[in-house]
Amino acid sequence: MLVNQFLLLGAFLFCTGVYGVLARRNAVMVLMSIELMLNAVNINLLTFGYLHNAVSGQVFALFIIAVAAAEVAVGLAIILLIYRNRASINVDELDLMRG
Amino acid sequence: MSLATLLAFERPPIDWHAIAPELTLLVVGSLITLADLIWTERIRPLMPTLAGAGLLATLIPILTLAVDGTDRVMFGGAYVIDDLSLVLKALFLIAGYLVVLLSVDYIRNGDYHENEYYSLLLSSLLGMVLLASSRDLITMFMALELLSIPAYMLAGWRKGGATSNEASIKYYLMGVFASAIMLYGMSLLFGMAGSTAFDDIRVALAGPDPSGMAILGVLFVLIGFSFKVSAVPFHTWAPDTYEGAPTPVTAFLAVASKAAGFVALLQLVYVAFPTREDVVEPFFWIMAALTMTVGNLLALRQTNIVRMLAYSGVAQGGFMLAPFAVVGDAPEQSIKAVVTYLIIYVFMNLGAFAVVLAVAARTNSGEISSYSGLFHRSPGLAVAMTVFLAGLAGIPPVSGWFAKFLIWNALLDASSPQGSLLAVVVAVNAVIAFGYYGRIMREMWMSDAPEVTEPHFTVSRALKAAIVLTIIATLAFGIYPQWAARFGDISTSLAL
Repeated sequence: MLVNQFLLLGAFLFCTGVYGVLARRNAVMVLMSIELMLNAVNINLLTFGYLHNAVSGQVFALFIIAVAAAEVAVGLAIILLIYRNRASINVDELDLMRG
Repeated sequence: MSLATLLAFERPPIDWHAIAPELTLLVVGSLITLADLIWTERIRPLMPTLAGAGLLATLIPILTLAVDGTDRVMFGGAYVIDDLSLVLKALFLIAGYLVVLLSVDYIRNGDYHENEYYSLLLSSLLGMVLLASSRDLITMFMALELLSIPAYMLAGWRKGGATSNEASIKYYLMGVFASAIMLYGMSLLFGMAGSTAFDDIRVALAGPDPSGMAILGVLFVLIGFSFKVSAVPFHTWAPDTYEGAPTPVTAFLAVASKAAGFVALLQLVYVAFPTREDVVEPFFWIMAALTMTVGNLLALRQTNIVRMLAYSGVAQGGFMLAPFAVVGDAPEQSIKAVVTYLIIYVFMNLGAFAVVLAVAARTNSGEISSYSGLFHRSPGLAVAMTVFLAGLAGIPPVSGWFAKFLIWNALLDASSPQGSLLAVVVAVNAVIAFGYYGRIMREMWMSDAPEVTEPHFTVSRALKAAIVLTIIATLAFGIYPQWAARFGDISTSLAL
């Protein structure tokens, strides 16, 4: 199997995700970039699991998928709350507290 | 997979005594949710009592396990109950109980969702209790998320308040980002070791010439947890989240959540990465020096007491990170220093937050100026606050001095130039910290009370109990430091 290619895909997805988190200003887009990072991790885990013939890689990936779903549910709820109170989800405008 | 192999599956043996604390906490958390569904309005005033009683009940199996004293290894080494994990579990539960005491009036008077608040608090504590035993990447990740996800919600508990929303989203985005980075590091460690168990990772990491992937994996995992303990430069969420969140939640995050981060770092550094001290030591040296200095300097210019306590918490985290910089040369002294510091820090800081809550309940203000002349208005609160601030600053006979003493002890015992240099940085920072703790003391004792003022303070019973408990612990550990050191000594078994 072309293990290298899968790891490179994982690294590329992870870097795209990090860039998205740092560059995007829309909270939902930031959340999606974080999902991209988590999926990069899943690709890595599955590849390494195949490489070592270890089932724990796949188990770990399943756990990450489940937890990511829970995290997104909480995250979207928080973003919805902010949208209701301020009618905007731009993360740059969240600057009530400073110093 | 055929049906026959599926039917042949046998559950691995489970040591029910060993996981009794976790089960108790889980049952209590579920029961109070259920009770709220059945009796709704009638049971709601009892919620804090039930949650507090549940936390104290969880201490019973921990005590029986401690009396029993044998180390229990479960689930193929993924979950370990030893003396250190029991001490830390007890610490988390006591901190949780104190947070419940701080929350009672705040949550009730604010007309927040009482039942959900305590359920989430208990589930976050369950995550911490699990974290103290985890010796496997998957277990550690699950425990971390179990403690973090409820905490994101708690930070935004004042749903209509713009600052609370902001606190919640900042904490959430930084927390999730950090766990994604940590997970990437974990995937690299898994790829290198072919197993998620810390023991296998330690073996795979050993050797004079590590691969770049291994170093990257170690660094990413450590960076992920640096967010959790709000180490500079990953601290930017902490002040905003602390200021915006409801104050009892702030106390919970600043004390219990931070302690959990340090517990995870202890497990990682001592069980998974001890063979890579050439990566771990410089990382923590830089982190500790930056965290102390930046935290202290920013704390000096704060005018809001919660924000000041947030930066002071960042700086205190820096002190706790310092012994990690000498784990290779003085492993036993380092772990003893960190664990003892954690125990002492929990009581001092929760006490300070209890006083802040008591004052804010009266003055509706978090500004430091609202503490002027506190001694004339409420001598009891002023004395209590002075004790906690003296503890945080490290003035004997209050317990903080002993925690700092152990840090210096570890750093100097390493007898390496880096260790001694960091000891100097710690000393300088301890002096800077006097500046802002002293400012509040001067405000309370020397300044005149403002013109428009209440004649006297009434402090609720729960808050009074919390203040009395923390003050007793803080003074006792200061006058009889061997009591706190005893728990530190227990923990050194991890360093062998």
